Amino acid sequence: MEKSVPAKERLIKSKNSRMNGEARGRMLVTASALIMIFATVAITIFLGSKGLQTFTKNGISPIEFITSTKWDPTNAESPLYGAFPFIFGSFAVTFLSALVAAPLGIGGAIFMTEIAPSWGRKVLQPVIELLVGIPSVVYGFIGLSVLVPFIRENVGGLGFSLLTGTIVLSIMILPTVTSIATDAMASLPTALREGSLALGATRWQTIRKVLIPAASPTLLTAVVLGMARAFGEALAVQMVIGNVRTLPSSIIDASATLTTIITLNMGHTTYGSIENNTLWSMGLLLLIMSFAFILVIRYLSARRKI
Amino acid sequence: MNSKTADRIATAIFGLIAFIIVAILIGLFAYILGNGLKHISIEFLTTPSSNVLGGSGIRDQLFNSFYILFLTMVIAVPLGVGGGIYMAEYARPGKITNLIRSFIEVLASLPSIVIGMFGLLMFVNLTGWGYTIIGGALALTIFNLPVIVRVTEDAFNSIQGDQKEASLSLGVTHWHTIKHVLLPSAFPSILTGVILASGRVFGEAAALLFTAGLSTPRLDYGNWNPFSDRSPLNIFRPAETLAVHIWSVNTQGIIPDVVEKSAGASAVLIIAVLIFNLSARWIGSKIHKKITATK
Repeated sequence: MEKSVPAKERLIKSKNSRMNGEARGRMLVTASALIMIFATVAITIFLGSKGLQTFTKNGISPIEFITSTKWDPTNAESPLYGAFPFIFGSFAVTFLSALVAAPLGIGGAIFMTEIAPSWGRKVLQPVIELLVGIPSVVYGFIGLSVLVPFIRENVGGLGFSLLTGTIVLSIMILPTVTSIATDAMASLPTALREGSLALGATRWQTIRKVLIPAASPTLLTAVVLGMARAFGEALAVQMVIGNVRTLPSSIIDASATLTTIITLNMGHTTYGSIENNTLWSMGLLLLIMSFAFILVIRYLSARRKI
Repeated sequence: MNSKTADRIATAIFGLIAFIIVAILIGLFAYILGNGLKHISIEFLTTPSSNVLGGSGIRDQLFNSFYILFLTMVIAVPLGVGGGIYMAEYARPGKITNLIRSFIEVLASLPSIVIGMFGLLMFVNLTGWGYTIIGGALALTIFNLPVIVRVTEDAFNSIQGDQKEASLSLGVTHWHTIKHVLLPSAFPSILTGVILASGRVFGEAAALLFTAGLSTPRLDYGNWNPFSDRSPLNIFRPAETLAVHIWSVNTQGIIPDVVEKSAGASAVLIIAVLIFNLSARWIGSKIHKKITATK
């Protein structure tokens, strides 16, 4: 035993100070967070300035761009840039697919949480997760090779239609709606259910009068998130909707959305030309809409009661 | 109507809805695998594709898909995990943190085509690279970052507080605790999340259309010099991925066997996504068992 060496000198000393690593680590993760802010700001600024060029540089009236139904950018004498048919198409497929997916998704969620909490969830949860995993082009391909001929033969029209796009999108947003709605229903306190059942209400009465109203803000959030996804989906819709420039007059008419026109024409137009710039304006519209969806979701979650 | 009858009808309807959801999935998988599996062969996977002739394969597209996925993850995982650690450990509740959270939310909700357009502006035109693999990987990084940040943050938040407190009370600094105590505990969840995100990246097409392009140069698989034009490893070459290929043969291609080729390619894509899904679960639980005491 060496008693003469004081404790101070027997300590194992590290040459580099621990605090150096501390500062470095903190800088590292802060930088990662900053990169994300940078990316969001850059996307907004770049797409914003590029999308506004149509109106500032090319002198197209923004009112005309949004409200006119005449889209003919290749007309040499008087090219027309009215994007209303596409804006209408985007909103139409979004709302229609939400109309289909919302009852199915919320119904599926209620089945998982209220009707068969034990085995229902075990079956449906993996199903939902697998549905999320199917890539959008595969949905588009199946829509193209199964739904389009089916609708052409059984419903009418060309098969490429608003209806086909709606069906494909409904299936695509179904898992989004279902999983968030399931979380919403599952997070309701059990006391709500028990209280209602103890008063003699049937299960359906409990679901309809107590549980759905209590979860309604979150259920709406689920639907809005689904709509946001439907609004921005490009390739699957593009493959089945027909991509025409005119306003559809019925649900079995071919149509086009903002995303499908961008997908279709971005590669064919010259960078910097007026037609190309109008595509960037449509991209800007998509960006603005996704901000709008977030604001709606924020508003809904502020209203959340439970 | 009697309230009991109404209850029974409602139960039946909910059962029907659940059945419809399951039927949709089974129908989709049966169609893709039923039609696609018979077109998958070694030859299909190893011959290059053609824009005009029938009988082509998906060799280059398959390689490009995996290569872009790999590059994306190399960039996105460190950044995303870093961002997630910042949000979970360093961000103080307040206005700035809320702002960052909103930014992540915006980034997560951007349509992939918008990210593709930004990529076109930034990584294709501004840099002057043209359609490149690295451009595609960077666009997919933006698309993927919010997912990994969220996964990391959730993983960190779900760790028991006493692990962190025990480490800090031993005099270990915060960063050292994160690196040696929290990160290993969070690792299984992060890995699962990253593999699931890989499945999403693998099938993504809209963000790649305008960044990695619709063509692949003639590749020479004997040439592994990453700076050579014909090398598959060159990150400054255009690259069509499998998902983009399915889209382009269906909408712009003129090959005679479109349906067979896209059915085969869709099946490959679905199988890959399935493997990602299953392995994520399997690896996650395996590592969790290994590094914790749970049996």
